[in-house]
Amino acid sequence: MAKKTLKKIMKLVVNTLIAAIFIMPFYWMFLTSLKTLVEAIKVPPNFWVTVPQWINYATAFKAIPFLSMLKNSIIVATGIMICQFITVIPAAYAFARFQFKGKHLIFGIMLATMMIPPQLIFLPVFLMFSKWGLINSYASLILPFASSAFGIFMLRQTFMQVPEELLEAARLDHASEFKILWRIMLPIARPTVVTLVLFSFITAWNDYFWPFVLTTNNDVRTLPVGIASLFNSSSGVNYQIVMAGNVMLVAPVLIAFFFAQKQIIKGFTYMGEK
Amino acid sequence: MMKSKEGAVVLEQQTGMGLRRVSFDQIKCKVRQYFKQLMPYGMVLPAMAILGLFVLYPIFYMIYLSFFKWNLIGSKAFVGLHNFIRLFSDKAFWEVLGNSFQYMFFTVFFAIVLAIILAVYLKRETKANKLLQSILFTPHIVSLISITFVWMWLMDSNYGFLNYLLSILGLPAMGWLTDSNTALYSLILISVWKSIGYNTLILISAMQAVPKYLYEAASLDNATKWTSFFKITLPMISPTLFFLTLMNMIAAFKVFEPVKIMTQGGPMNATNTLVYDIYQYGFTFYKIGYASALGVVLMIIIGICTILYFAGLSHRVHYR
Repeated sequence: MAKKTLKKIMKLVVNTLIAAIFIMPFYWMFLTSLKTLVEAIKVPPNFWVTVPQWINYATAFKAIPFLSMLKNSIIVATGIMICQFITVIPAAYAFARFQFKGKHLIFGIMLATMMIPPQLIFLPVFLMFSKWGLINSYASLILPFASSAFGIFMLRQTFMQVPEELLEAARLDHASEFKILWRIMLPIARPTVVTLVLFSFITAWNDYFWPFVLTTNNDVRTLPVGIASLFNSSSGVNYQIVMAGNVMLVAPVLIAFFFAQKQIIKGFTYMGEK
Repeated sequence: MMKSKEGAVVLEQQTGMGLRRVSFDQIKCKVRQYFKQLMPYGMVLPAMAILGLFVLYPIFYMIYLSFFKWNLIGSKAFVGLHNFIRLFSDKAFWEVLGNSFQYMFFTVFFAIVLAIILAVYLKRETKANKLLQSILFTPHIVSLISITFVWMWLMDSNYGFLNYLLSILGLPAMGWLTDSNTALYSLILISVWKSIGYNTLILISAMQAVPKYLYEAASLDNATKWTSFFKITLPMISPTLFFLTLMNMIAAFKVFEPVKIMTQGGPMNATNTLVYDIYQYGFTFYKIGYASALGVVLMIIIGICTILYFAGLSHRVHYR
């Protein structure tokens, strides 16, 4: 009995420790964002604040073109989402349900592109866009992600699970392929589509690398690039301002994660579990 | 006569009409068939065009550029393998490559070993475990830029929380990111922290897929928990471990944000890694050919990981 209680206590301690390691940085981010500069750099630090400095958020908001960058973030993420809708759904349907010459080759090439990270090809892509005169355009931030090999792969798996009889019945009723896709396949695949939308939106929202390397001014720069510039803009580093900016960047994702945990985890772990 | 003539005319018209109708139907049918055959190509075309233009073509363009000397302003001059020769004879390049491999090795090693331990610890489906899994996973979905900033703040050598923790434990303060001996390991620590939750979740689902009867059989043989872990769990999840390792390797080779924001490759080049080096040569020094040659090196490294990945995939996953 005593051994069991001891084990329970041990487990609680270990659990708390694990949770602390992963929550603490976020708590520290939030806490610092509510401190004054003096409080922020105080040693030993306080673990709470008596008078929360919400003004830090206003300062961060004013230090960068926050609203226009937020607008850019939303335009880019939504643009990517819409483009992926148009390109991914038909491709996934074709790979799942049609036999055609070269299908395996095309599918193989598509899978291979999944392994090529933006960090490998940003330089040639930058040069392409600059040749086209499209640096500092939404196109340069949206088009490279207008399709998603991962999305095609995931949706294809879902489409393949739809029973053939359902499609046969629809074809006997002379339904067009488009109608079959729109009326039968997509409603069945709705959970997968929701997962994909969340995945691509969060990925686009979070991304710093691409908008950073593909832009030379603030015209189309997204929020992560703006938040990062908070670090340089002030003379001397004001971590409380930088943290306030980061809270604004992180909060929407954490809120989404709180409400749609299952779908988000599924989207982000799908490839590994295959 | 009239009748027969009329009849003949009618017949002719009928056959004529009939013939025309048949041939028209045939054409329509053929067109429809063609259309049906072409339709799948049309459906994959938009996706493949995007992937081809923005993922595959840039690879070839990069390889092409690696044979030229170009500073963006003048014209390109073909230099053959000169960029590669210079690359391989440059001490700084080997330093960068060494940093990248060191970063990759330690990140992957710790992120996977710790994830295995955590997965074993959290694999039972209880409410507390579920909650912990979600908490563990959080860093994976949050912007890397925010993670970079918060850790930079935690690792601040004067006011950082980590040095405060060290002082509580009676240990001397560290120059986490400012000391060339520790900077790379500090970046590794952050990377491990970020990717551990992902690895843990993948491993848990792999462990849960191991058939229960194997463990029951083992317990009948009085196998200890250790033996059943090493003789059952580990071999059964080894395919997942293999994939996870390769995915983590690629992820480690593409590190950029922490290097750019926290250390700019310093101090004394200690954290300069491949992607940051490509960025510097391309966007700061405008040495496009040289940067492309660096890109080709990164491509070969990622290519090897990819080939291993798909070689494993064809052994394991059977597509319909």
